[in-house]
Amino acid sequence: MAVTPSSAVLAKLTPVLTRRWLVPDAWRRETYEQLDGYRALRKALAVHPDDLIALIKESGLRGRGGAGFPTGMKWGFIPQNDNKPHYLVVNADEGEPGTCKDLPLMTHDPHALIEGVIIASYAIRAERAYIYLRGEAVNAARRLRHAVQEAYAAGYLGKNILGKQFSLDVVVHSGAGAYICGEETALLDSLEGYRGQPRLRPPFPATHGLYASPTVVNNVGTIASVPHIVLGGAAWWRSMGTEKSSGPMIYSLSGRINNPGQYECGLGITLRELIELAGGMQPGHQLRFWTPGGSSTPLLTAEHIDTPMDFEGVAAAGSILGTTATQIFSDQDCPVYATYRWLEFYHHESCGKCTPCREGNYWMVRTYRRILSGQGTYEDLDTLLDTCDNILGRAFCGLGDGATSSVTSSLKYFKQDYLDYIEGRTPPRLSAKQLVGAH
Amino acid sequence: MTTESEDAARPVSLGFPTTLTGSGKDFPESLREQAKEILARYPADRSRSALLPLLHLVQSHEGYVSPDGIGFCAEILGLNRAQVAAVATFYTMYKREPTGDFLVSVCTNTMCDTLGGQKIFDEVSDYLGVGHDETTADGKITLEHAECLAACDYGPVFTVNYEFFDKATVDSALATVRALQNGERPMPTRGARLCTLKEISRQLAGFPEDRPEALADGVAGDATLAGVRLAQANGVSAPEYDPTTPIVTPKEG
Repeated sequence: MAVTPSSAVLAKLTPVLTRRWLVPDAWRRETYEQLDGYRALRKALAVHPDDLIALIKESGLRGRGGAGFPTGMKWGFIPQNDNKPHYLVVNADEGEPGTCKDLPLMTHDPHALIEGVIIASYAIRAERAYIYLRGEAVNAARRLRHAVQEAYAAGYLGKNILGKQFSLDVVVHSGAGAYICGEETALLDSLEGYRGQPRLRPPFPATHGLYASPTVVNNVGTIASVPHIVLGGAAWWRSMGTEKSSGPMIYSLSGRINNPGQYECGLGITLRELIELAGGMQPGHQLRFWTPGGSSTPLLTAEHIDTPMDFEGVAAAGSILGTTATQIFSDQDCPVYATYRWLEFYHHESCGKCTPCREGNYWMVRTYRRILSGQGTYEDLDTLLDTCDNILGRAFCGLGDGATSSVTSSLKYFKQDYLDYIEGRTPPRLSAKQLVGAH
Repeated sequence: MTTESEDAARPVSLGFPTTLTGSGKDFPESLREQAKEILARYPADRSRSALLPLLHLVQSHEGYVSPDGIGFCAEILGLNRAQVAAVATFYTMYKREPTGDFLVSVCTNTMCDTLGGQKIFDEVSDYLGVGHDETTADGKITLEHAECLAACDYGPVFTVNYEFFDKATVDSALATVRALQNGERPMPTRGARLCTLKEISRQLAGFPEDRPEALADGVAGDATLAGVRLAQANGVSAPEYDPTTPIVTPKEG
């Protein structure tokens, strides 16, 4: 039986970015314009670009791609009057396991992203913007490319936008199936036509980004928030969420709940409330472990059900808000096996540049196979932690760090599950034929 | 010393270096025209940015990135073949062997696996008699297991030429595959009606969808709208705002 959410919990829903998704034709320019579309652009182009940077700073908007960096500050880092071209690059390479909010946004409300791109480009004085879209996202791509064409035809893109001394070209650039390209410097390398491998920082993209020029890289949700903030103002934006984590956020709920899906609420809602919105746990399932922000964030348990899901609250609980990709697992799911499957993913997606990540994930996958086939040893658990110690913080980018998250957190909270495999209380999950290479 | 043409004529048997012997000279003029359109999207002195779309383009012609496709990209961009091959082999979506008209990708990442994705992959694999990254003998269907496809709220999912088939079961996946074998084009749960892998590769190269009806396909799914529908049904909305709120806050005092 699905739970009916109480009115107090229902009141936490704040559809802003998801609001137009209800309108089937919102991807067409005419419909978008009837729903306040491109109104923010006219308003934004009437003020000085620095005023827009100040507005976004004042709104407290933080990056929606996982790191939560203050967006206005990022824009402010772009050096002005430097006689170099500036670039805006939208990170639309959505692929963090559990995350599914950017693709629907680009599919059902593509002009919102484009309007945000134009305003952000005007603010940082960029005349060229790229939307680096995950390759597999073909449906979002066709809607987005169509929307870009419509925006050109209406004079929102191209030369002298709305009669102003501001010109912008936008290119929708499809990737080719590499999770690592969601990491901003790997994305830039990929966009330049190379293997998507991360760069050493500093220098940061703000000064040496795309083509070694000042570049802002922002997530889809971040940029799509901008037109709303321009229209409603910073105080309105801050009326949602918490003091340090302002605004609405799309929580992607999946797993053992009655109604998985996208729920846009003010930052700081708890998992207990989100599960209630999603109709409760499925019959016969008790919450056991969950990811607050995708598989790269340390697992939390049923004890953390009342943790405020904003940047500070989740950090205080020992994890990371990440992309608010909330994957919910129950007492019928095995944290050891779940971690193994994620490691297979990190092993596959490691770009191979840094030895700790490339080799560490390779060997951890094999250790897990041994444990899950009933041939693990106590020493394996120490080996896993030791391997994590040698990956965490020892690679160019966060992919390796993310890989260790579920390993260390599952060992912290669910060590008994590992011991049950090692001591034979849990029957082997993998067969001996899947043990090739483990020794 | 050997000349380049002698090098090209000599068979290489050390695995991947065969990609270094291809040439795009036999590719049609129409493909060159499309390549020029792709190049025009990027700054003239940054043409290498066109490499990923160009690789999608050669895949739209041959169904995979062949040694000749690598040679074609190298020629267009003034790179050597090793530079192009190094990029082509990095990305999962560039296939190194001829593919079928339909690429079936079954998500087996943690959430989909938990909800039954691995079983779907195994059953489809058994039925088709091919494993990961392999193509059926009739050349129609290529099977792969995929990492997270960003649709966990519809899990388990699989895609055909990257269009979503949501909340899949072993039966629904087998029915879809059988329909493809029979020459039918089953309608995806979300996304547009199917085209071939070559045709979708052309879109990946950055060319617009040329089927107006496909553009309108794909209404938002139940899970996508779960939150916003719940709000609507209960009369809940975000705080109202005044769209004329000034961007510049007047200084106090």
